[in-house]
Amino acid sequence: MLVLARKTNESIMIGDDIELVVVEVKGDQVKLGIKAPKKIAVHRKEIFDEIKQANIGAVSQKFTPNALRDLSDYFKTKDTKE
Amino acid sequence: MTQSNAVKAQYPENHLPNFLSESDDKVTIKTKSWGEIEIFSSQIFSFPEGILGFNFVDSFAFLQEDSSPFMWMQAISEPDLSFVVIEPESFMDSYDLAVSQNDIDSIGEKSIENIKVLFIVTIPEKTSDMTANLQGPIILNLQNKTGKQSISLSDKYKTRHSILEELNKRGK
Repeated sequence: MLVLARKTNESIMIGDDIELVVVEVKGDQVKLGIKAPKKIAVHRKEIFDEIKQANIGAVSQKFTPNALRDLSDYFKTKDTKE
Repeated sequence: MTQSNAVKAQYPENHLPNFLSESDDKVTIKTKSWGEIEIFSSQIFSFPEGILGFNFVDSFAFLQEDSSPFMWMQAISEPDLSFVVIEPESFMDSYDLAVSQNDIDSIGEKSIENIKVLFIVTIPEKTSDMTANLQGPIILNLQNKTGKQSISLSDKYKTRHSILEELNKRGK
């Protein structure tokens, strides 16, 4: 991993069009500004991990088609409830 | 009929999700719940990047039982791997698809309007607590049969969004 030291308001370039600016440093928290083309998605890494965990949780369920058929009732009764 | 067939749930005749059409050719796939079944090849989507946590799975078939709001997303290469998925319209008034241009490009789509969206459902023991993953929507290009798990750029959508709460909201 490349490690670079930067001060507040200094930045680094990734390729020609992605700029990472150190906006503020306060204790152990760093505020970063990201200038990138609109097509580049920028996400906190935790989001990837959360979605991965959700996927794993969704598949480990032991669920049968019959059980799923029973769940359809929740959707049918929505108009008649109350 | 062999014994192993007898313990499998009966596969429903109408298994084509409403957003897909029949194709001329059929293929046989292995599934967790129904054993070997024959489906239309139009039900199979390629996922070049897999989905998060399952990067090794590069294609899924979409199966739906008649009138069920749920669908199955069955991994082609892994008969034991299948997900329950649902369309936003089945339980929500509206879902704002906010994904990066890169994600749209990577399924070969040009416009966000043409994208078909599905959510992976998690069903816990207490089934009324079932949730849908609105933060990691499955996006599909229905023309070239390519799909991807995208990541919503909106912070209002979570990975575990209560389906029943949303249904109740809609009833009011």
